[in-house]
Amino acid sequence: MPEIKVTPLGAGQDVGRSCILVSIGGKNIMLDCGMHMGFNDDRRFPDFSYITQQGRLTEFLDCVIISHFHLDHCGALPYMSEMVGYDGPIYMTHPTKAICPILLEDFRKITVDKKGETNFFTSQMIKDCMKKVVPLNLHQTVQVDDELEIKAYYAGHVLGAAMVQIKVGSESVVYTGDYNMTPDRHLGAAWIDKCRPDILISESTYATTIRDSKRCRERDFLKKVHETVERGGKVLIPVFALGRAQELCILLETFWERMNMKAPIYFSTGLTEKANHYYKLFITWTNQKIRKTFVQRNMFEFKHIKAFDRSYADNPGPMVVFATPGMLHAGQSLQIFKKWAGNEKNMIIMPGYCVQGTIGHKILNGQKKLEMENRQTLEVKLQVEYMSFSAHADAKGIMQLIRMAEPRNMLLVHGEAKKMEFLKDKIEQEFTINCFMPANGETTTVITNPSVPVDISLNLLKREMALGGPLPDPKKPRTMHGTLIMKDNSLRLVSPEQALKELGLNEHQLRFTCRVQLQDPHSDPDTLSRIYTHLKSVLKGYTIQHLPDGTVMVESIVIKVSSSAEEPNTKVLLLSWSYQDEDLGSFLSTLLKKGLPSGLSSI
Amino acid sequence: MAAHLKKRVYEEFSKVVQLPQEEAPAKKLRLTKPSKSAALHIDLCKASNPTDALQYLLHFARSSVEAESVEGVVRILLEHYYKEQDNSVRLKIASLIGLLSKTQNFNPESILDDTLNTFNTEKSHQVLAQLLDTLLVIGTHLPESLIVRHRLIEVAYKHLSDTYFGVRNKCLQLLGCLGNVDTPLNKDGQGLVPAVIGGSAPGVSGGVCVRDAQSLISDYFADQDPRVRTAAIKAMLQLHERGLKIQQTIYDQACQLLCDDYEQVRSAAVQMVWVLSQLYPESIVPIPSSNEQVRLVDDSFGKISHMVSDGSWVVRVQAAKTLGNMLQVSPHFLEQTLDKKLMSDLRRKRTAHERAKELYTSGEFSSGRKWADDAPKEKVDTSAVNLIASGACGAFVHGLEDEMYEVRIAAVDALSALAQSSASFAEKCLDFLVDMFNDEIEEVRLQSIHVLRQISTNITLREDQLDTVLAVLEDSSRDIREALHELLCFTNVSTKECIQLALLELLKNLTKYPTDRNSVWKCLKFLGCRHPTLVLPLVPELLSTHPYFHTPEPDMDDPAYIAVLVLVFNAAQSCPTMTALFSDHTFRHYTYLRDSLSHLVPPLRLPGRTQAPGVSGIEGSGSVESAQLFLQQSLSRISTIHNLQDPGAQDLLNFTIRDLQRLGELQTELAGAADFSATYLRCQLLLTKALQEKLWTMAVPLCLKHNAMATAAAKQMLEETYKLEFLYSGLENRQVATIHHVRLQAKALQLVLTARTRRGVEPLISVCEKFLQEVESFQRLFVVELPHLQESFVGKLLDLSPKLSACKPGELVKILQTTLRQSGFLNLQLPKQVQRASATIIEPTGESDNPLRFTSGLVVALDIDATLEHVQDPHNTVKVQVLYPDGQSHVIQPKPGDFRSPGPHRHRLITQVYLSHSAWTEACQIEVRLLLAYSSSRLCKAVWSDSSTEGLQPAEGATEGTISFGKPVKVFIMPKPARR
Repeated sequence: MPEIKVTPLGAGQDVGRSCILVSIGGKNIMLDCGMHMGFNDDRRFPDFSYITQQGRLTEFLDCVIISHFHLDHCGALPYMSEMVGYDGPIYMTHPTKAICPILLEDFRKITVDKKGETNFFTSQMIKDCMKKVVPLNLHQTVQVDDELEIKAYYAGHVLGAAMVQIKVGSESVVYTGDYNMTPDRHLGAAWIDKCRPDILISESTYATTIRDSKRCRERDFLKKVHETVERGGKVLIPVFALGRAQELCILLETFWERMNMKAPIYFSTGLTEKANHYYKLFITWTNQKIRKTFVQRNMFEFKHIKAFDRSYADNPGPMVVFATPGMLHAGQSLQIFKKWAGNEKNMIIMPGYCVQGTIGHKILNGQKKLEMENRQTLEVKLQVEYMSFSAHADAKGIMQLIRMAEPRNMLLVHGEAKKMEFLKDKIEQEFTINCFMPANGETTTVITNPSVPVDISLNLLKREMALGGPLPDPKKPRTMHGTLIMKDNSLRLVSPEQALKELGLNEHQLRFTCRVQLQDPHSDPDTLSRIYTHLKSVLKGYTIQHLPDGTVMVESIVIKVSSSAEEPNTKVLLLSWSYQDEDLGSFLSTLLKKGLPSGLSSI
Repeated sequence: MAAHLKKRVYEEFSKVVQLPQEEAPAKKLRLTKPSKSAALHIDLCKASNPTDALQYLLHFARSSVEAESVEGVVRILLEHYYKEQDNSVRLKIASLIGLLSKTQNFNPESILDDTLNTFNTEKSHQVLAQLLDTLLVIGTHLPESLIVRHRLIEVAYKHLSDTYFGVRNKCLQLLGCLGNVDTPLNKDGQGLVPAVIGGSAPGVSGGVCVRDAQSLISDYFADQDPRVRTAAIKAMLQLHERGLKIQQTIYDQACQLLCDDYEQVRSAAVQMVWVLSQLYPESIVPIPSSNEQVRLVDDSFGKISHMVSDGSWVVRVQAAKTLGNMLQVSPHFLEQTLDKKLMSDLRRKRTAHERAKELYTSGEFSSGRKWADDAPKEKVDTSAVNLIASGACGAFVHGLEDEMYEVRIAAVDALSALAQSSASFAEKCLDFLVDMFNDEIEEVRLQSIHVLRQISTNITLREDQLDTVLAVLEDSSRDIREALHELLCFTNVSTKECIQLALLELLKNLTKYPTDRNSVWKCLKFLGCRHPTLVLPLVPELLSTHPYFHTPEPDMDDPAYIAVLVLVFNAAQSCPTMTALFSDHTFRHYTYLRDSLSHLVPPLRLPGRTQAPGVSGIEGSGSVESAQLFLQQSLSRISTIHNLQDPGAQDLLNFTIRDLQRLGELQTELAGAADFSATYLRCQLLLTKALQEKLWTMAVPLCLKHNAMATAAAKQMLEETYKLEFLYSGLENRQVATIHHVRLQAKALQLVLTARTRRGVEPLISVCEKFLQEVESFQRLFVVELPHLQESFVGKLLDLSPKLSACKPGELVKILQTTLRQSGFLNLQLPKQVQRASATIIEPTGESDNPLRFTSGLVVALDIDATLEHVQDPHNTVKVQVLYPDGQSHVIQPKPGDFRSPGPHRHRLITQVYLSHSAWTEACQIEVRLLLAYSSSRLCKAVWSDSSTEGLQPAEGATEGTISFGKPVKVFIMPKPARR
């Protein structure tokens, strides 16, 4: 039986370093190639030795697909392609292709320049790697080779995030990457058609969460910022450069516009500037509002948001500043925080999760005195707010996607095992489909039942139509006669004559003959005519002929009567039919074996 | 058949066709009228290839054909049809036949047989589909004929099994439009018996099973082609629209179609399920996989709610809209639509709404300072969590968060409809609506504010909710702010803090957007009226009075101070103890405001103050009833006048007009009726004066002055009648007749005057003819009212009518003169509700002394903001006129988008007019006014003013066919010469 194998190298019952191998219809595909934020050693990257111990990966993989530009989905890409070795095609969407190298370069700088690591990929490697990338458009079917085709769907989450459908013949797998089922201020909701894949590989970060309406959180956020600014306070929002930052920018920008506010908003520069540029370019990947209004004004051309300069932090009066990094552990956001922490009029809003040990984590837990370097202490008087804007689908969203795609099997990745367990039960219960949650390195095998397409000759179809009967109904199977020719990797159903012709064979007639003994006192011709009348009464709608040469023909079946001289009452009926009339022939033989009914006139 | 056809065609049109060839006798020329068909015939014969023929047909389709020649044209077309090999030409012919059978006054039954015959030979599926479409047209034009219907349905049935989807579609459409549920139609079993075509009695043929249109259509719910499935559902809906009762049996099928792969099928299925839920709301359906049963309407509500999270936004819009129309649903199900169980990491979490409510009830203010403030508390039982929302769960939560704003608007509308029918639901959906105030699309925000206003009678806002609502006051969009003011006018709040909060925010709004002044004041007026007891404890603080010290007197011109006073005074109206808290200057300010802003400041009972006579007058007269009575009495007093020439009649009229005018000022509810009657009476008074007996006996040259007076009177009367007719709404036919009657009188007067001043008969003849036409059309228009007009001018005129049309102009004038003077006074019957259209220009105020400077030759935009009341269809009727000092005037038609409708009978015009002029030496005022245009289709005013004396030319400012209403506003402008 054909089967599809899925093996996660990363993100199996885990979050981070997404990397999933899929074997489908003889093709091997790698989905995502990410790194793990939590490790600094070899565990940082997926274990590519699973694929091959030595040598390059090119001959083992048909293609690599990257779902979006987050480092846990694409961070290991230059390592894999340049250091391990892979020369095949890498597929990603246009925005991903544009933004991905910026992030990789940034990542490289931090690891090599700041932490001083050696044996890491270089800028040139990133460039070489990006040369292997083939860009994808939404809903565009791309033929990787003759059999393998891939198609991208919109996934929300971040700019350019895509879900991918991988199809070989009639077998298919859909990989969601990270996705979001509720639209936000700059991106729309994920969407997929009823493609009924054999396996749907879905992320499950929020498998056990059902989230509140986004509006409440947005309103809260805006209200807090508004109040602080009205008081004359300053607001610091530490962000990661991409994704949520743009959403918050749009949110504040529209709010400022609506409310006619004058206080300045600053965005600390860096790689953000470049990224914002791409957001401006890829307007088609954003949500309805931005797409519709960009003719008048591109929403990413911020009117109120300006670039930040270090000196602005000491300016008097209210202001809002977005600064990197998001966890307050270093850089500009920390510097600004130190300046503003002493004033209770000011506020800091943490829009995301903070790792333990960072200042962000400490102040979120209500610590009022912070020990800084040089034994200084910093008193935290400003207000600390937490406002989470996550762009992953929650449990309901995942269920909604399953309902949209109607897969035959589910496979969960990119989540914690305990949470997956819960969702797995739910999915099996609600949809009655199989759900898998393999760990890293564990292979899941799904047996598929692909339908095999066969070309049918038009003549044969027309002939079948001419035979009459009800109109073809796609829901009911129907039997027909024909010859199946398997030749040159293709299957064709043709009429027997044509098959013979094509194969250059002579047609052999196959006839069945059968003797039936019958007790009948009449003479041979009389018996024959009695049989004729009997058949005539039984088989209505068939052509039955009594031929002068002493035979009865039913369609193409010949019936003869003979008797031996010794036993004139024992008649031997000779039936002969061709292979094609097998049904009728066997029916006749059984019918005649029962004997003729008495009282038949011999005319 | 074809030969027969040809013969008939030639019988009818052979002459016509031959006309161009042989010289026809002159009297036959009349027959060239249907030459169009002939021309077509020739063209079609000439056409050598299908492309040419198609071109001719396309050309022909653009011209119109008279009803008499349609049949002939159709025959020519059909003749060609049989000859034609090309499918596209045949298709065009078929569509042309359909077009032609739509011709007015043409009975398509005559071409039915011929059209049906074409089906026997047609092989092309596309042409078949078009032919069926033609049949559909014919069928819809002959809805009464049962026989035709049966025949058409037979045809439709025969082609239902066609392999082409278009043909099946059309057949289903035909069945939907013409099929009957009660009378069964024939079904031929297995092709044994041919369908009885043309049989008037269905079911005659033996061995046919009898089926009705509904079950026939429902068979195609499972068709393989999605387009046919859609057509089947649409046909079913069509049956329903035609008033046929659809059986409940298809409910299950319809529900299955909700999960179809194609969006148009799902969309139609949503409608189908809705229709069934409205037809059989109370019947019981079982829930699959359990023993329970629910009402059908609840079941379908759940199913449609499910569609709100469909993959296609078209379906989502449809579903959200439909939900709003399901008012019979049980409250239990309804409330589920707003329910969404939250959890975080398998722990139950409260929604932000619940938290807000809890904080509010516990008396704490939201700290929001702690991280994980919203940390989940209790553990959730994993088996109990239902992730796939079964039924209605959270439908609106999804709908309101949708990506497409179309869906969100539909959801808001649906919420509104449901909330208006259920108070408890209104309470629940409040939080969600308030959340929508923060939507990214302005349209959605505006809509949700409107919706909240509509349901606000059912609800009281909590403080935290009010807070969110008030935050929107700073919105830069004027529409949003004004909608919000409107909302606040109707809102109930619960505590005095709320009032304070609202006042504070409104004042903030006022400082930020000073143009909102009027709107804010009005808002505070209603706020004060509604919550007098809540305002009372705030008064000392609001007026900043102090028990011991005198506080400085606030500036009377400060809009914010006026706003506070408006709130306080309106609250004091129903709270007599409040006035004791006022300080001296407050009383002074009260009298000032009562005078200057009387519409915002109500009359107060002030202790120890002499009250203005006007104020006491109102309190004396009291209720509307007594005013009504007074109005009736005045009118009945007038009705005692039988003839206008009676002595004392003029005085009585004068007094009554004065009374009515005053009444209108005092009692705003009756202003319309009082004004209306006063204007009417003034017309009568004018007429009486013009007909003063003494003067008419004098020789013409001696009374030039009188003539001028009478001419002016006639003109004014005419103008007043137009005002009467078009400025007032709520008039019945009776009143319109009366107004027209006055107009006739005025015109008669003009005619008489013309006859007196003009020499010669020539000009008079045409004028007389015109007048007689007017009388005739009056008679035609108001046949019903004629009995009431027996004694009047027209009544008498009509008595003489046979004589009138025959007599000479001179005689006619004499007759008119005597009839005018002898005719009795026509009593005015007041309709129940008369409202006068009015307009107030808020912006520009006309107070500014700073001229609007601009370079001459270029344009400057002037913002105009006006409120219109009781104007019907303002989009077409209201215009802006700009009058320059040199007498130039421009009329500007505002865009339809400039009109908003903030309330019933009220409109708001916010527009810009563009001004331009050549350079002036100094600033000068231009006048801006609003005009109400009326359709002058049956008015002959223009003709009248042309033919009569120069004195009848329209005066300055009056525009043809328009009435100026509302006060004009003067604006200083200063076009400067362009600098080189």
